[in-house]
Amino acid sequence: MDSKILQAQLLELIRRTSSRLPGDVVRSIEKGWRKEKKGSTAKYALKVVLDNIAMARDKSQPLCQDTGTIICYADLPAWCDEPTFKKAYERAVVQATKKGYLRQNSVDSITGKNSGNNLGPGNPAFHLHQTRARTLTVRMMLKGGGCENVGAQYTVPDTRIGAGRDLAGVRKCILDAVHQAQGKGCGPGILGVCIGGDRGAGYLASKEEFFREIDDANDDPRLARMERQIVKEANSLGIGPMGFGGSTTLLGCKITHRNRVPASFFVSVSYMCWAFRRDGFKLSEGGKITSWLYE
Amino acid sequence: MLLEAPFTEAKIRALEVGQMVEISGLVYTGRDAVHKYLHDGGKPPVNLINSIVYHCGPVVVQERGKWVVKAAGPTTSIREEPYQGPLMEQYKIRGVIGKGGMGPKTLEYCRKVGSVYFHAIGGAAQVLAEKVVAVEGVHMLEEFGSPEAIWEFRVERFPVVVTMDSHGRSLHEDVQAVSQAALDRLV
Repeated sequence: MDSKILQAQLLELIRRTSSRLPGDVVRSIEKGWRKEKKGSTAKYALKVVLDNIAMARDKSQPLCQDTGTIICYADLPAWCDEPTFKKAYERAVVQATKKGYLRQNSVDSITGKNSGNNLGPGNPAFHLHQTRARTLTVRMMLKGGGCENVGAQYTVPDTRIGAGRDLAGVRKCILDAVHQAQGKGCGPGILGVCIGGDRGAGYLASKEEFFREIDDANDDPRLARMERQIVKEANSLGIGPMGFGGSTTLLGCKITHRNRVPASFFVSVSYMCWAFRRDGFKLSEGGKITSWLYE
Repeated sequence: MLLEAPFTEAKIRALEVGQMVEISGLVYTGRDAVHKYLHDGGKPPVNLINSIVYHCGPVVVQERGKWVVKAAGPTTSIREEPYQGPLMEQYKIRGVIGKGGMGPKTLEYCRKVGSVYFHAIGGAAQVLAEKVVAVEGVHMLEEFGSPEAIWEFRVERFPVVVTMDSHGRSLHEDVQAVSQAALDRLV
């Protein structure tokens, strides 16, 4: 494929991700808005959120000014090797930054200097895999710093919250994370949770859960039950949108698991704000977008 | 209710937790780099007396020689907790706009100085950018980069909720206590 076409399509993916929330997210926010009490600050906050979603989509501008860490997953078919893909994506990122779809968000951790174009060590964050399929699949997420900062990794047993090495303990960790986050992660939020793994794998898997749609159900009935229970319990805490109080604290909770070594038991909780920007597409070798993954 | 410049102590002292307020006038953006710089004794490039500081790292681009705000929602305020109170006192900063609320130190300075914390809707970058009617200047752009620079925003009817007032009340402390009690009952 012509790399110019690939770059143009990736730029379109970035524009769409930054300015438009997926339907499942919008529907769940609308549901929360209907539930909140008339005249409450919670209802007011969700109304501003819904207005903002519509405005960003109509103006094709960033939904949130923190366009976050750019996280890119791609399944690469034989016709698209890694260097080709990376180069095209990086060029699309630079272009998207110039156009204001993305904020200048890549800061040198030693000098504090902003690279100004969103490129730098680890930016964007690539997760690339080969595929035998004919089409190129790209998924991306923009995850803001506010919600990233309220993520938490627990080691069980945890004596502070009385969490042991079982699912009951995991539940305590997750509810504690919601309580600690209060409104600081721009709630109502969505949780991605990984039970087990090492520290790195746990956090990574917890974030990959965000590629699931809010209203889907976990294939594992134990985890499906737990996901529903966490949402219900979190919404009874009274934290509400922005931490203003109210009944819409969590829109969803997605849980996965990884095996662990006997000595370690981590519970990794990633928090995603309501400005849940994820999108993706499938691209043919001819450069045509054959489908969008989140409508 | 509408809060218009000048932001005098009397107007600020009249505000109470829970009020939905619309702000009109000049506000200055300032976030991590600016707060650290001022706290370390750096001289402010703008007059902060009776000002409102906005914790915001906007997306601003230049179009035909003019600054245009593309997105301008609040950033998390708690990171400025070590600096905010003393700076409020030193420069008589009357209000801070941000998200997520601030801690007991800032709340105490709000009471002492006559200042409040305004909570903007986190993530609502478009709704809020539309309330910025003009960019009147920018400072320290070179040193700190665009998101961390001090932008002078002329805002009109900028929507916020008072979540910490000058009478010692904090909605964040209230919600924290209520949700802690609910959590204790659950687990």
